[in-house]
Amino acid sequence: MPETTVRTADAGLGLAAGYFHSYSVVGLLAVVGVVFVAVAFASGRLLRPVVPTREKMLTYECGVDPVGEGWAHTQVRYYVYAFLYVIFAVDSIFLFPWATVFAAPGFGSTTLVEMFVFLGFLAVGLLYAWKKGVLEWT
Amino acid sequence: MTGTLDVVVRLLAVFVAFLVLPLVVGQTEHKVMAHMQGRLGPMYAGGFHGWAQLVADGVKFAQKEDVVPAGADRRIFQLAPAVALLPYLLVLVAIPIGPGNQVGQSVDAGIFFVLAVMGVGVLGSMMAGWASANKFSLLGGLRTAAQLLAYELPMVLAAASVAMAAGTVSLVGVLDAFHWWWVPWQIVGGLVFFTAGLAELQRPPFDMPVADSEIIFGAYTEYTGLRFALFLLSEYAGIVVLCGLTTVLFLGGWHGPFGADGLGWLWTLLKTAVLAFVVIWLRVSYPRLREDQLQKLAWTVLIPLALAQIALTGVVKVVIQ
Repeated sequence: MPETTVRTADAGLGLAAGYFHSYSVVGLLAVVGVVFVAVAFASGRLLRPVVPTREKMLTYECGVDPVGEGWAHTQVRYYVYAFLYVIFAVDSIFLFPWATVFAAPGFGSTTLVEMFVFLGFLAVGLLYAWKKGVLEWT
Repeated sequence: MTGTLDVVVRLLAVFVAFLVLPLVVGQTEHKVMAHMQGRLGPMYAGGFHGWAQLVADGVKFAQKEDVVPAGADRRIFQLAPAVALLPYLLVLVAIPIGPGNQVGQSVDAGIFFVLAVMGVGVLGSMMAGWASANKFSLLGGLRTAAQLLAYELPMVLAAASVAMAAGTVSLVGVLDAFHWWWVPWQIVGGLVFFTAGLAELQRPPFDMPVADSEIIFGAYTEYTGLRFALFLLSEYAGIVVLCGLTTVLFLGGWHGPFGADGLGWLWTLLKTAVLAFVVIWLRVSYPRLREDQLQKLAWTVLIPLALAQIALTGVVKVVIQ
């Protein structure tokens, strides 16, 4: 069926053109934004005084001269949250393509059951983390 | 040619809105907070009730010396305010304010685009926190990162619920599919989205990353002049964007009891303004949470609520089909 192939190819091209058009406008706005920031910084350089002194360039901590260096070792206590977050966030991204079609004719209750399976997985994961005490800060 | 002109006019409108609306919110915050606390707020600048206070502030900021600490990571330090600010400009283009083509640019994957780009803004705070080479800034940056882990997921889940209800991820499409009974139907998702958004903006009661009485001003401690002003602008632009998005996703945007065809944009602005007022009101009313309390709130309250909302949306949607 060469005819239908051509037609879908045309439709595909139109879709792609609209897609690239909308994002090229967004890209144009990004350029406007970058120019705005560049102009602001450049004109700021003309407007403001530059009188650096040793004390002024010192790191500001409580008004007392800083001890040690700023890039200090700290214990990141919430790294388990970070793992949990990455897992859940990747999962939840899958919701979006599904969300646009799940109630379309021909799907209905099947997809709804699938949704509860999916939510069940998420909820069990969350409950497990909760039970394990991961959701406590210390 | 008309196509080009059309694009130019739209971009200009978005840009002007981006510069004006945050200032309006900021000035409103000055006055509303003052009156809630039995003060008058700015009264001098510009003559009438100090309306030009933020313009005067801007002039002052532009003339201040730009201090980069000797120990800082210079390039990253200087770049951070731009990274914090520009995402909100980009998000603004996708928010529809009226029916038809009254939108900066209709983006097909609107909800997706908006959530993804808003997430970039947080990088600015983290860059600032790390590059300052200041222990307080570093703590602020780490708190920002912790906050990100707490609010992003409830926000995405609540937005997914709206996408399910509308059967599309386009913001324009969501509004086209809107009916008034969506407001009670999606109210839980709306509250989750708005609360999570407050945490993203680091607004009270979720302002631990900039907690002034603990870590000076967090990631922004070392900033002065124009760069500091850009950080402030990004905070208020963020309020506009969050309130606008909540309006579009959960309150029906340009839909209203009457006049939605001609004056739809007025409904959008009105709803956004009311939400912005609530943001200011919350700042005056609530004390700051601790970082771990936010994590607890997010993982044990907001996320289960958002999941429940998704279940409710799915069931109702399939039943009414």
